[in-house]
Amino acid sequence: MTATADKATGAEAPVPTVTLTIDDVEVSVPKGTLVIRAAEQLGIDVPRFCDHPLLEPVGACRQCLVEVATPDREGNLRSMPKPQTSCTLEATPGMVVKTAATSPVADKAQEGIMEFLLMNHPLDCPVCDKGGECPLQNQAMSAGRPDTRFIDVKRVFTKPLPVSAEILLDRERCVLCQRCTRFSDEIAGDAFIALQERGAEQQIGRFDVDILDYVDDGARGAEATLAGGALTPDGTPFASYYSGNTIQICPVGALTNASYRFRARPFDLISTPGIAEHDSSCAAIRVDHRRGVVMRRQAGDDPAVNEEWITDKDRFAFQWQCAPDRLTTPLVREDGELRPASWVEALELAAEGLAAARGQGGVGVLPGGRLTLEDATAWSRFARTALGSDDVDQRARVHSEEETAFLARTVAGTGMGVTFTDLEKAPLVLLVGLEAEEEGGYLFLRLRKAVRKHGLKVMGVAPFATRGLQRLNGTLLASAPGREAEWLGAVTAQATGGLLPADLPEQEAQAITDLAAALAEPGAVILVGERLAGSAGAYTAALELAAATGARLAWVPRRVGERGGVEAGLLPGLLPGGRPLTDAVARAEVASAWGVDAASLPTTPGRDVTGILAALTDGTLGGALVGGLELADLPDPAAARAALAAAGFVVSLEVRASEVTALADVVLPVAPPVERSGAYVSWEGRVRPFPAALDSAAQPDHRVLAALAAQLDVPFEAVAELPRWTGERVEAPVEAPADLPELPAGTAVLASWHLLLDDGALQDGEPHLAGTAKVPVARLSAVTAEGIGVADGGAVTVSTDRGALTLPVTVTDMVDHVVWLPLASKGCRVHDTLGASPGDVVRLGAAAAGSDEAANGGAA
Amino acid sequence: MTTLTPVLTDTWDAEKSWSLDTYLAKGHGYEALRKALTMAPADIVTEVKTAGLRGRGGAGFPTGLKWSFLPPDDGLPRYLVVNADESEPGTCKDIPLLMASPQHLVEGVAITSFAINCHHAFIYVRGEVLHVYRRLLQAVQEAYDAGYLGKNVLGSGFDLDVTVHAGAGAYICGEETALLDSLEGRRGQPRLKPPFPAVEGLYARPTVVNNVESIASVPSIIRNGASWFASMGTERSQGMGLFSLSGHVTRPGQYEAPLGITLRELLDMAGGIREGHELKFWTPGGSSTPMFDASQLDVPLDYESVGAAKSMLGTRALQIFDETTCVVRATSRWMDFYAHESCGKCTPCREGTFWLKQILARVEAGGGVDEDIDTMVDLCGNILGRAFCALGDGATSPVTSSIQLFRDEYQAHIDHHACPFDPVKSALFEYTPKSRTGALAGAATLGGH
Ligand SMILES: Cc1cc2nc3c(=O)[nH]c(=O)nc-3n(C[C@H](O)[C@H](O)[C@H](O)COP(=O)(O)O)c2cc1C
Ligand code: SF4
Ligand code: SF4
Ligand code: FES
Repeated sequence: MTATADKATGAEAPVPTVTLTIDDVEVSVPKGTLVIRAAEQLGIDVPRFCDHPLLEPVGACRQCLVEVATPDREGNLRSMPKPQTSCTLEATPGMVVKTAATSPVADKAQEGIMEFLLMNHPLDCPVCDKGGECPLQNQAMSAGRPDTRFIDVKRVFTKPLPVSAEILLDRERCVLCQRCTRFSDEIAGDAFIALQERGAEQQIGRFDVDILDYVDDGARGAEATLAGGALTPDGTPFASYYSGNTIQICPVGALTNASYRFRARPFDLISTPGIAEHDSSCAAIRVDHRRGVVMRRQAGDDPAVNEEWITDKDRFAFQWQCAPDRLTTPLVREDGELRPASWVEALELAAEGLAAARGQGGVGVLPGGRLTLEDATAWSRFARTALGSDDVDQRARVHSEEETAFLARTVAGTGMGVTFTDLEKAPLVLLVGLEAEEEGGYLFLRLRKAVRKHGLKVMGVAPFATRGLQRLNGTLLASAPGREAEWLGAVTAQATGGLLPADLPEQEAQAITDLAAALAEPGAVILVGERLAGSAGAYTAALELAAATGARLAWVPRRVGERGGVEAGLLPGLLPGGRPLTDAVARAEVASAWGVDAASLPTTPGRDVTGILAALTDGTLGGALVGGLELADLPDPAAARAALAAAGFVVSLEVRASEVTALADVVLPVAPPVERSGAYVSWEGRVRPFPAALDSAAQPDHRVLAALAAQLDVPFEAVAELPRWTGERVEAPVEAPADLPELPAGTAVLASWHLLLDDGALQDGEPHLAGTAKVPVARLSAVTAEGIGVADGGAVTVSTDRGALTLPVTVTDMVDHVVWLPLASKGCRVHDTLGASPGDVVRLGAAAAGSDEAANGGAA
Repeated sequence: MTTLTPVLTDTWDAEKSWSLDTYLAKGHGYEALRKALTMAPADIVTEVKTAGLRGRGGAGFPTGLKWSFLPPDDGLPRYLVVNADESEPGTCKDIPLLMASPQHLVEGVAITSFAINCHHAFIYVRGEVLHVYRRLLQAVQEAYDAGYLGKNVLGSGFDLDVTVHAGAGAYICGEETALLDSLEGRRGQPRLKPPFPAVEGLYARPTVVNNVESIASVPSIIRNGASWFASMGTERSQGMGLFSLSGHVTRPGQYEAPLGITLRELLDMAGGIREGHELKFWTPGGSSTPMFDASQLDVPLDYESVGAAKSMLGTRALQIFDETTCVVRATSRWMDFYAHESCGKCTPCREGTFWLKQILARVEAGGGVDEDIDTMVDLCGNILGRAFCALGDGATSPVTSSIQLFRDEYQAHIDHHACPFDPVKSALFEYTPKSRTGALAGAATLGGH
């Protein structure tokens, strides 16, 4: 029920209702409600296939027929001559509806449709993935005939048809309800599945760009994916980050997942609600498991957050939690080799080593960005109390002091800020340093919904308009990486009556003027991504812009644990709840909540990731406590490896063996999300609790840290709740944009971000999903490409003193003298290979065309 | 005795009847447009309303009333779309009209566009009739060259562009909303209504969709006045219309006559049923209208009378079948058409026509079982009024009406495991019947008793 708030008074505007009768029961519903929804309110179940509450009505399957009468002008009830589809009919005052329960006509109509649907159906329920949870099966029992009259020849198709690497279609099971095609058209906006042929030959098929001289404007046709299998005749792949939703909403077993197909029966599965661990949208999911093994994940139903949609990563990427490299026992290093050890021994050695390291300069704490709130709080507390250290930083990515101040000032302890619902109501959303589809997961779908249904306008500051931005009908404010602060500053200047630079092109000046005006509209939102940490002055400029226009500002990190980590104080200088470490009152509050002496807490802000690694390398710090950290994710993986190798003592808390394992002195295994309960905090600031799905002996981080604290004789029980912090906050950052870099011939500025599906460790073990990841390409403008003598489809080598990457070139309408690479895709690990970060200057050169690496999109 | 009333057919016997010159010289060409441009647009709408012109595309909806459903002009585009997709079996009036004198339509388009303030009109022509498409393109070009279309039509200040678009071969694209989707470059499938085209039609803008003959009739109404038009026909079915006689008739073709004429009168003009034979059954308005037999020869062919006789005037497509015709065979062929043309969007039509097609083929080939007849009647009941659009409804008409009139003939096929008719006898040309092959041939051996 959507209630519209009165903008001026904030009061709820009354929603006009209509009263109608369904099966002799009166019901009042908001005006505009469909009869099928009104029936649901009464608990009356009208069978349906094409109807889906989140999709536009089509009235295609005709299963939901009911008998309807409406009053005429004199108030006399007049029956409609034909039964009506309740999924397309709006309830009107005085309407009298009879469903199959009370109307023989409706009953016969529904039975007739069901017979038509079943006559060409293979009735292979015993081997069908959907059998047991199938709307066709269930409704055939409730609305169908007991036997069949069909003695003729059934329609058959070759099966299965691979729609993509992970989705297989059995066309003879399809009831042509168009839910899947409407999803792809209305919700995801990806042309990856479409209706083809007509009459009884009508079928779902892969989208065919050859039909009707379809013009690929880049906005709808997907980018090339890794699995070669699923291409249109002209070579366009069928790909969508959201395709798995079609499997779930398919009312029959026509769409199946390549991994799950034929592997389980729904009635053997146990479902546990969960929260997806892949991005900060924190989508609700359902974990379906059988005898201790997760078989699949489905989207949960959470209207406030992810509605009923999740990304394919949320759905299919769960094998990592039980990968072969799972750590199950503690490991300790003896004579240079790791060996399994008992918990008692491992904890003793870890405590001993950490205590010693503390004495030798201190311990740096790197907990990674994927923790639950409980774990983050435990890490924060352990660092400050057990180790007496403020050298703690969760950011396994590009970071900056400016960002530390920004997060401490505006994000930590601010509770729920901008929400998904707010985005739907916003007149404008400005995206800066954030690709909603690649880095926000479900966030993209909510933005798209707002664009389609509520006229939201989206603008993006980025080097080029991605398919995601295009599918949001977004306006690109073209910016080279590192120049974001200037863009935002110009808009601030405009909003505060300042002058725009005289040499600004007219188009840009117009965009700035429009943006300043739009941001001043009530409800406008600026969404900033974590990538702004790599763009000096950008966070500062975003804060100033929000202040100047009154727009609301929200920070959307990529990893699931980052917002919770900020709340818990996993940044140097920041205690839980937004408390500045330097504030004595703040320290006292925290100390009393933790049951320790305030004097025992550190008082001066510690080092960030870069500082910790440097101090480990030069021996200033005596050791490190590390959690679930992928060294390749860090801006300088080589430096990180050297630092941990040089560190006096390293303890690592990990789910799976990693590079850190090999450098650790003690390894303590911890539980993956599916084996423990906990809560994530979404970018909105919403706490998202979830229960453990599987029984497990594995311990969550906070338990392991508690045991370690006990070993160190430090109290670790919760003593008191922390009150809301009302004192001073950390000072806002003040940082100026960096100078324009020198760009000698043959160089360009590096632009880069993570793609949703890439080489991330949490996607391991799911080859079908990996097949739908985009093929890594280097993007250059025509001018930049010409400058180094490469053409579209050619190969470019991007290099630094550290190394080189050779990739196929896609000439893109984008900012000149910039090269874009996927940050961490298979065969293109930018940080690792180049030791470079976005905004850095890199060398460009044409590579020998057709070189093997280019063809494979592989690393040089 | 009703006589012919050549209005749209007035110049068909002239030399180069399709040319603008002939239209101007012999057919009062563009007098009506000149007159209309001096009238207030609203008065043109009123004139057409008063004349009582009803849509000639099949449903008979009052044309002037349809125009007046357009929301008030907001200065943004609104469209006229002429439906020239004529594909219903038996229906063959628009295509001959466009072949013989396309300017009737072009002038009608200009007047109607002026009346509803449309500056871009579209004519959607059935794609298979390439010669008609070319002729229409030529006619539109001639009208542009003569200043009847384009910028500042006849110096009136009114601008009008006309686009002729060829369809891609689908009967369903004659359904007005499927036509609009097709015209927009999408899959031709009917749209959910509301919103109706008058509110959100082509490119989601207010749109009038009318049949060729409806629009082509407009110039005569404007030139001669509403009462002239209303003086023809019956009280509620006014004016003249094209009656298309085909099949076992001596002189098949177009007979333009006032609505309310009977088949007996038309057959008299057409030289009767083919020599030596007698009428067995006929459709009053195309294959989608329930068939009649000889007992309806005197039913006045107007909307009300045909409706009262439990059929529909439809498109006045009078398909005449004599006693040599097997009704099962005829119905089976019609069902093949519907199964082939079903767009596939909705279950009852898509699956129902697929099923009926197989039953009919099986019965015709001698493989019928006793339950088949009742099953077909019941299936038709499960399609009629349950389908998304009128195609599905129409597909049931030949089945239910033929079973009603000729149930014994169906039963005879089943009882004797064969068709009692010789298809060669009903053919109007040299013909060797083909035997069915493939799955359907096998179906003939199913069942039986
Ligand atoms: C399956 C189907 C096919 C149709 N084909 C045509 C056609 O070829 N020409 C036509 O004018 N109307 C056709 N119609 C009717 C149109 O939907 C529409 O009613 C008509 O174009 C309106 O014009 P009128 O009011 O001038 O009759 C068809 C309807 C259906 C359901
Ligand atoms: S594949 Fe499934 S969702 Fe798609 S049209 Fe068929 S039945 Fe519906
Ligand atoms: S009745 Fe249904 S399947 Fe048949 S043409 Fe109309 S919409 Fe398509
Ligand atoms: S659910 Fe209503 S028509 Fe399909």
